[in-house]
Amino acid sequence: MKPLFLGILLALASLPAAADRQRLPPDPTYRAECGSCHVAYPPGLLPAASWQQLMARLDKHFGSDASLEAKLHAEISRYLAANAGRRTAPPGAEPRITQTRWFLKEHRKEVPAGKNPADCAACHKGADNGIYED
Amino acid sequence: MKWMFTAAALAAAGSTFGAEPAGLLAAYQAEARKANPAFAASTQRGAEFFNAKHGNEWSCASCHGSPPTGQGRHATTGKAIAPLAPAANAERFADAAKVEKWFRRNCNDVLGRACTPAEKADVMAFVLK
Repeated sequence: MKPLFLGILLALASLPAAADRQRLPPDPTYRAECGSCHVAYPPGLLPAASWQQLMARLDKHFGSDASLEAKLHAEISRYLAANAGRRTAPPGAEPRITQTRWFLKEHRKEVPAGKNPADCAACHKGADNGIYED
Repeated sequence: MKWMFTAAALAAAGSTFGAEPAGLLAAYQAEARKANPAFAASTQRGAEFFNAKHGNEWSCASCHGSPPTGQGRHATTGKAIAPLAPAANAERFADAAKVEKWFRRNCNDVLGRACTPAEKADVMAFVLK
């Protein structure tokens, strides 16, 4: 009886921790370097292969020069690889989060007219801190 | 080792550019005078440069807004961009390496090339006025 009780207690204690992990704010380096022109998109929204595609052509990043010095490039690449998602990669040489099946399903009826789908913070006020619940 | 390298790089940047916006402007102006001894940074030229397109789709003002004391908005993503002018945002032009990074990226977007020291001095004169 006692071990079972302890087990339940531990399971309950770990619940909020698991929830916190999912909405951890983005890594400070990632946020500083990739969160100026757009929200520091959660790494889990693209698979590792898509992040690799994007990181390989940062000097022409969706029509803009987002190049990084080598050390930061390596650090951010590691962070993205370690935290990438497992969903299917969106199509094209420049994969877009807004073209993942997940995003389209999630937002089909929700991206209000006149809002830029790339600007998460237009609706999700906590997006800069990795919070997308509203 | 890492912090030593960072500290050395910052010290080098500090001695080259100065840590204050006015020091950075003075450093760009001094650099421009190597090519043109009569050069003096101009807020007027800076304003024209900042607001004009230079062959590409965007001007500086496309994302930073005009005047640069107000909040900008990224031309593609729509993300709010904090004011560029130090008068409205004390974080701006406080870190020489950061200033160089953004001139490198953004000049490439707006002009398709690097900005000259004279162009940087003029833009800073305008943004700091």
